[in-house]
Amino acid sequence: MISITIEKKLQAYHGQQVLQVDKQFATGSVTKVYGPSGSGKTTLLKIIAGLTTPEKGLIVADGVTWFNAAEKVNLPTQQRNTGFVFQQYALFPNMTVQEHLEYATADKLWIKQLLQLGKLDTLTSHKPNYLSGGQQQRLAILRAMATKPGLLLMDEPFSALDPKMKTELITELKVVLAGLGTATIIVSHNPQELEGWASQELVFGE
Amino acid sequence: MDLSPIWLTLKLAGITTLLLLLVGLPFAWWLSRGRSFLKIIIEAIITMPLVLPPSVLGFYLLLAFSPQHGLGKWLQDTFSVQFVFSFPGLVLASVIYSMPFMVGPVKSALQQLPASLAEASYTLGKTEWQTFKSILLPNIKPSLLTAVVLTFAHTLGEFGVVLMIGGNIPGITRVASIAVYDSVERQDYAMANNYSLILFSITFVLVIAVFVFNKYQAKSPLG
Repeated sequence: MISITIEKKLQAYHGQQVLQVDKQFATGSVTKVYGPSGSGKTTLLKIIAGLTTPEKGLIVADGVTWFNAAEKVNLPTQQRNTGFVFQQYALFPNMTVQEHLEYATADKLWIKQLLQLGKLDTLTSHKPNYLSGGQQQRLAILRAMATKPGLLLMDEPFSALDPKMKTELITELKVVLAGLGTATIIVSHNPQELEGWASQELVFGE
Repeated sequence: MDLSPIWLTLKLAGITTLLLLLVGLPFAWWLSRGRSFLKIIIEAIITMPLVLPPSVLGFYLLLAFSPQHGLGKWLQDTFSVQFVFSFPGLVLASVIYSMPFMVGPVKSALQQLPASLAEASYTLGKTEWQTFKSILLPNIKPSLLTAVVLTFAHTLGEFGVVLMIGGNIPGITRVASIAVYDSVERQDYAMANNYSLILFSITFVLVIAVFVFNKYQAKSPLG
């Protein structure tokens, strides 16, 4: 169970606004986050991962305090065990598909399973520049899952996938993430996306 | 022909480049992360040798490390180290003089990398050092090579600073650029030409090598 109560000022085009979130995410749950651009969806994910610091708030995961503004507690990103799928993928240009996963985990069998899951097992020696947009996005998802995170944060993770690939991947992800007990938070522009998978919603800008 | 000035120059450039790799890389990384008034001041100090006349820098180094007073006297009395008119002095002056050529390109390259690369590495549990070594440095390889070659080549061509702090002691501080000057002074133009041609050739080959490497990098094959 991850409990989040945070507040952060955001600089928006039309002036300053305040991002306020008070939400609980159960183990193994899938939460869909949607709302207009600039409403703070990505910022929320970065706050949870420890990549951005809010002004106020408390984040507690399974009894461990990750962030407490009042007591000046801020657990480093490295110790939060969160997987993060970046909107622009953030793949490492110097690493092949295989090397991306080996950088994240030493578990060879898990790497093999991930490569099959993402249908990248024939492209292991390719660097990101030689992958299509969809392949890059799948690699970003696999890399985020490689550490078997307790919490998986995904920022528009299916935007570059064709409908067939998206459906197949989501079907497989459901099984794998449920098996790992990973809580998943998915940012999406599309309210219809993930219907039937997400168990709760967090709507911004309404 | 006395080749000792050439060997001394190559030794000086090699040691300077190696030291600047050790000192300059962490420094460039630190400077590339965020801005503060302290960083602006330090960056300005590092950049000074680019615009300052080498003789001015050499003069102040000569004053600072003179064994007669201040820091130079303390080093002489405490550690029996003398930087003035010695090879270690040349190394110290070269490190200071060539530092902007190492720090500048590396810092700019690091700043141009998307922040999300390091962030992605942190979410995988990697430390800042692991991220620097495995993600940041490999992705600025062309800039790093350019910085190394520029530093090496710039040290090869040092004259003013070296002359001020090292003088012209054969086998100890008489580097190739000073040997050229010395030969011209003695009107031995053939010898001046020999030293000049060797320096020109080495520098030209180095610069060509960087261009070839960077061109190859741009077309890097899979894996």
